[in-house]
Amino acid sequence: MSITVKDVSKRFGEFLALDQLSLEVPSGALLALLGPSGSGKTTLLRIIAGLEIQDSGTVLYQDEDVTGARVRDRNVGFVFQHYALFRHMSVFENIAFGLRVRHWSRARVKERVHELLRLIQLEGLEHSLPSQLSGGQRQRVALARALAVQPKVLLLDEPFGALDAKVRQELRQWLRRLHEEIHVTSVFVTHDQEEAFEVADRVVIMNQGRIEQAGTPQEIFEQPANPFVMDFLGNVNVFHGRVQDGRADLGGFNVEYPEYTERESRAATAFVRSHELDIQRVRNGRPALQANVVHINPARTVVKVRLHAEEFGVWLNVDLGWERYNELQLRAGESVFVLPRRMRVFVQDYQI
Amino acid sequence: MTTDVNRRVLPGFALSLGYTVFYLSLLVLIPILAGVVKTSSLSLESFWAAVSTDRAVAAYKLTVGAAVVSAAIDIVLGAVVAWVLVRYDFPLKRIFDALVDLPFALPTAVAGLVYSDLYTEQGWLGRFLVPLGIQGAYSRLGIVLVLTFIGFPFVVRTLQPVIENLETDVEEAAACLGASRWQTVTRVLLPAIYPATITAFALAFARALGEYGSVVFISGNMPYRTEIAPVLIVARLEEFAYGEATAIAIVLLVISLATLFLINLLERWSTRAHG
Repeated sequence: MSITVKDVSKRFGEFLALDQLSLEVPSGALLALLGPSGSGKTTLLRIIAGLEIQDSGTVLYQDEDVTGARVRDRNVGFVFQHYALFRHMSVFENIAFGLRVRHWSRARVKERVHELLRLIQLEGLEHSLPSQLSGGQRQRVALARALAVQPKVLLLDEPFGALDAKVRQELRQWLRRLHEEIHVTSVFVTHDQEEAFEVADRVVIMNQGRIEQAGTPQEIFEQPANPFVMDFLGNVNVFHGRVQDGRADLGGFNVEYPEYTERESRAATAFVRSHELDIQRVRNGRPALQANVVHINPARTVVKVRLHAEEFGVWLNVDLGWERYNELQLRAGESVFVLPRRMRVFVQDYQI
Repeated sequence: MTTDVNRRVLPGFALSLGYTVFYLSLLVLIPILAGVVKTSSLSLESFWAAVSTDRAVAAYKLTVGAAVVSAAIDIVLGAVVAWVLVRYDFPLKRIFDALVDLPFALPTAVAGLVYSDLYTEQGWLGRFLVPLGIQGAYSRLGIVLVLTFIGFPFVVRTLQPVIENLETDVEEAAACLGASRWQTVTRVLLPAIYPATITAFALAFARALGEYGSVVFISGNMPYRTEIAPVLIVARLEEFAYGEATAIAIVLLVISLATLFLINLLERWSTRAHG
């Protein structure tokens, strides 16, 4: 069941939460709405569910216009950040709730609930109360409750936001596997880009009620559409400067920039990801910045080096592979040269 | 050598415990004990004779019955008012909210006077109700009316914070799962506030059981018909039958302790069942 959102706008008082937004979620996709807080991603999710009514625009499930349909008639599975379990009901009754209000027979309810308990790997806990479960278990129960009624679409509002890092990691992978098993069209909201890229097969980056970029995680990572996306994805060094006559002068780097050949100089911003910077001990003729090593932080897969280029007042973050790091034998306080392997230059006014 | 060291983290334990015991003794235990001692001046036979007269039994029944009925009415009215005050915004909401506490502040005798005035044949409401056969003043109905008025704020103030704590996402979850509004209320919301409802009932009931000031004005105090136990105690006192008066008081005390104990058990059971 695909979801189509057409020209949806929503205002809360003076605040424009969604601005003429359109979005297509293909049938069977697992799509992440990613953005900073206040970008409108939760509002969009709630409008798709029918928990919020848009000021204008339409929402379609497949070809059916559900714009005016009530929540209870839409048959959506919704998972809330804080679980929203029924506290006075056992795990079994929580999962059975949607079936009971549909007047399923006792035997069928029992069968279906046990099927879901197997799916969420909580067999044997059906008589527990939500208060007796851990956060991760509660969220799995909430997910089973949403799935019990075989919803047309599954919507998750920051489903792992309230959990600690390790459990979050496990649940992400579990959700990914679950989706491969059941293939229900799913949309989840997150502000954690790592989570979005790891779980989703399509990512939509939102900002100020609009979509900045939509695509597969790979597309977005390889070809960020604009400075906002580049900056939001993080792990990036930003250089401000100007472009003129096919050259760019950006915070100490003077590089060729054939895309802009006008005589009039214009402001530009360049982004270089931490792993796209290299450190060398000698200047080899290519554009490089002289900088002092300030701090070395060995992380799991890379070594994070922080440097300061005094001449230009620029701080740099460089991720070195372990091999390269061992080769260089860096020490804090050393003076080295930093050079970019790849730079993305955006010639436009953009305020960070 | 280390025995003098105060090992408690929170200071003032001895002082606060001493104060609590002193307070309880002075204000609660000693008066109750005095009542028991006073009654013991009666022999067992005369105690039984004093508390088991038809008039006394009728008074107990009326007292407990009216308290139960009024507390039950309060639960329904109070739950609705608490819900409206928590969930909706409307003009003058703060004034309505403050009005709920009026029965706390108003001398209950005033309530009794006003109610009896309203419901007599010439009263604003009685003018229309009495011809229909509804006797609001000098009747059992009148007693229930004032007791409902007196117990009302207890219910609202007990349920209000509990309703405030009900997250709206639970209701939204129920709606997403296909529940109608009615199903959401009966299956999700009411069970969630159920334990607090028992507490609220207990408070309203206990308050109604001991009420005197308002009832004495509206009930007419007819023996066997509209005389509640506290009024009977006063009647006995006016006859200088102090022993009999305290004997009835002891019975009332036992009834209220027993009910509170029972309700406490019920509360415990329900909080266990509901987590």
